[in-house]
Amino acid sequence: MSTNTQTEHHEYDVLIIGAGGAGLRAAIEAKQRGLKVGIITKSLLGKAHTVMAEGGMAAAMGNVYEEDNWMVHFRDTMRGGKYLNNYRMAELHAKESPDRVWELEQWGALFDRTKDGKILQRDFGGHRYARLAHVGDRTGLELIRTLQQKVVSMGTDVFMECKVLRLLHDQDGKIAGAVAYWRASGEFVTFSAKAVVLATGGVGKSWKFTSNSWEGTGDGHAMAMWAGAELIDMECIQFHPTGMVWPLSVRGILVTEGVRGDGGVLRNSEGERFMFNYVADMFRSETAESEEEGDRWYEDHAAGRRPPELLPRDEVARAINTEVKAGRGSPHGGVYLDIASRRPAEFIRRRLPSMYHQFMELAGVDITREAMEIGPTCHYIMGGVKVDADTAATKVPGLFAAGEVAGGMHGANRLGGNSLSDLIVFGRRAGMGAADYIEGLQGSATLNQGEVDAAIAEALAPFNRENGENPYDIQRDLQEMMQANVGIIRTGSEVEAAIETLENFTERVQNIALKGGRQYNPGWNLATDLPSMLTVSKCTARGARDRKESRGGHTREDFPGTDEQLSKVNIGHTLVGNDWTASIKTEQIPLLPIPAELKALLEEGK
Amino acid sequence: MSDVTMRIWRGDSTGGQFENYTLEQNEGEVVLDVIHRIQATEAPDLACRWNCKAGKCGSCAAEINGKPRLMCMTRMSEMPEGPVTVTPMKTFPIIRDLVTDVSFNYAQAEKVPALLPPPMPEGGYRMFQEDVERSQEFRKCIECFMCQDVCHVIRDHEDNKQHYAGPRFFIRYAELEMHPLDTNDRRDLIREDMGLGYCNITKCCTEVCPEHIKITDNAIIPLKERVVDAHYDPVAWLGRKIRRKTKVSAQDAAVQPAP
Repeated sequence: MSTNTQTEHHEYDVLIIGAGGAGLRAAIEAKQRGLKVGIITKSLLGKAHTVMAEGGMAAAMGNVYEEDNWMVHFRDTMRGGKYLNNYRMAELHAKESPDRVWELEQWGALFDRTKDGKILQRDFGGHRYARLAHVGDRTGLELIRTLQQKVVSMGTDVFMECKVLRLLHDQDGKIAGAVAYWRASGEFVTFSAKAVVLATGGVGKSWKFTSNSWEGTGDGHAMAMWAGAELIDMECIQFHPTGMVWPLSVRGILVTEGVRGDGGVLRNSEGERFMFNYVADMFRSETAESEEEGDRWYEDHAAGRRPPELLPRDEVARAINTEVKAGRGSPHGGVYLDIASRRPAEFIRRRLPSMYHQFMELAGVDITREAMEIGPTCHYIMGGVKVDADTAATKVPGLFAAGEVAGGMHGANRLGGNSLSDLIVFGRRAGMGAADYIEGLQGSATLNQGEVDAAIAEALAPFNRENGENPYDIQRDLQEMMQANVGIIRTGSEVEAAIETLENFTERVQNIALKGGRQYNPGWNLATDLPSMLTVSKCTARGARDRKESRGGHTREDFPGTDEQLSKVNIGHTLVGNDWTASIKTEQIPLLPIPAELKALLEEGK
Repeated sequence: MSDVTMRIWRGDSTGGQFENYTLEQNEGEVVLDVIHRIQATEAPDLACRWNCKAGKCGSCAAEINGKPRLMCMTRMSEMPEGPVTVTPMKTFPIIRDLVTDVSFNYAQAEKVPALLPPPMPEGGYRMFQEDVERSQEFRKCIECFMCQDVCHVIRDHEDNKQHYAGPRFFIRYAELEMHPLDTNDRRDLIREDMGLGYCNITKCCTEVCPEHIKITDNAIIPLKERVVDAHYDPVAWLGRKIRRKTKVSAQDAAVQPAP
């Protein structure tokens, strides 16, 4: 146990970092095993990014289509992930998600219903059958509230607005706790725990255009790596081609593809409908050649071919990217999505009511009168901490990871609806994995006080500098650099440049100077987030450099096709040393071989 | 565009004062955007709570020109001429600047006896859309706690916090009372310990709800009716005694392990 008497200290069997869907579900499981559980969250309970999920959670319950079952869901998930998935995670997810959804109902969740009173399931891209359990467009809120209320009813300790700085080891190198600080007071706090579950979510905050909140700084990814774990697939990030880039109040909000389906077109700063210049040969026969032909298609699909605005997501994104880089972008780094000049206001309001109201309410932008400024927007990271599928264990004893921070489940690309179900399936498994691990533990652990002291000293250093940089300037520059060089479409030279520039950022972060005190200081909070943001950005850039092919959420302009050899490996990253500024080792790791019976399922679908 | 002056309360539990920040206005901004620009430039230590910036998490509640609002949902263009005043929620103790200690609400949440459903049949429960809709309305709550902030029972009378759950938790109790699967009975608890009687239906809570939940009409009034009926109506009282076979009192439920 810690001998430091100055610091507040708590002891738990299982310490859970992150209070989104995965963290809360892990807590419930560990609690049900009779363990003493503590949850730490950077925000208030119930505010995690999980609330943003709208569509639903995928589970092959077969309520709408009886033909649906886990095997189809498994196949859809693997196909969506371009077969880079950890097959065992995809299998467990497909098999267990129905039970996890039903379980939520026992805890109070109220999903929308079918006519015969079952849970209603909706269609979503990439899912063969209507499969998403949902509550209108606020499924994430329903999930988090249900789990939150369950956790509270079980009497779980929750440390709110508490930011973890580092994981701590014991004398044998096992994970034994964490050091954190209270945002409200700025005071430090240490935790000892027999096992730690990371459930910290994503990394999107390192990009300029992102749908993620301030919390998505990759803390769990980075802390796991600093503690000795391995990250995989960090180059696989889901970008949406049409997220709002301006006004600020709606930046990051995704604009549904429906806008283009209903007649919206993309224009550059010169007013040109540029998509006609980007029709690849393989799509030429099915794509309109002229604006007139494309316009006829909206009226009657037989009278013309599809307009090029409706090409696949990556084609559209690449075109937008090229226009912006050629200097034909909008003032804020996007292009224009125009439906206002093409359809009557009444039509737009009727066909796209939620889009219309959202922009009206949040930004005063009337999409029936003006064009939207849109661009590729960072949404979700498929990559993460490499874990064992069944137990969520990382390679560091005592450390577990679940949800967006864990890698493997979604391969190179995630299907919509698979992320909420991922949280509850693997949140539970992480709780089980931690509980089983604790049963086998022997002897008592001693926290490494040197690690505590180093983390605290590093966190306080910016207060001791007279002159230095504002952390907000560093964050802004990082976001612009990552958006420009490691965005939705990548090339070798830009990615190399990013890797080099990230070293300068490391130096800049070590020269931050802060204003004000420690009490609820957002500048300080950002200063402690920046090392994580840099670590994940470095891994993403290095993965993007080494995956010399295009697959799922990773697109290389200079390698547009897939590569047979790279289809068999993850790209993994480990730290060489134990300081966050230490160098990173990046290498190829063979995928798990898929058992014959599951392989047969995949073949069926081809 | 012209400049705007933001008059922001800065300080902590020991006291504070207003500080003015004048900056250029950008088109289409909400109050939270302007706060963020102040943080990124003049005042990196300006404390404010926020998460989703899309009106879905309820973190960024504050009082804008004296009214509880979500900063992420309040457009600068709708502000009247002159400085925009931003203060922390009045009902809760101040931590720093715009951040308040909302732990009162989390303590109330701990007192709520959990849902007590019957065992789940094979293939899941059967419930019909019209039966789940009433509770679904209350589950839209994003816990911004602005209804708690504006409720004069606790806004003006600190002592009442001891025995008053507030509108957010009245809709939570209403949700559970109207939940198709619930067998728990919280009516005595609501009447005796949660202070439902203090509410005199001024509808201030309904007016500030960013989710447009009809807190007063759909939750508080029906809850009052149920609680009063249960307490004074001898037939209802007898009915409850008989139904106790399926409905469990809150006191009993509290000692049962949650399912």
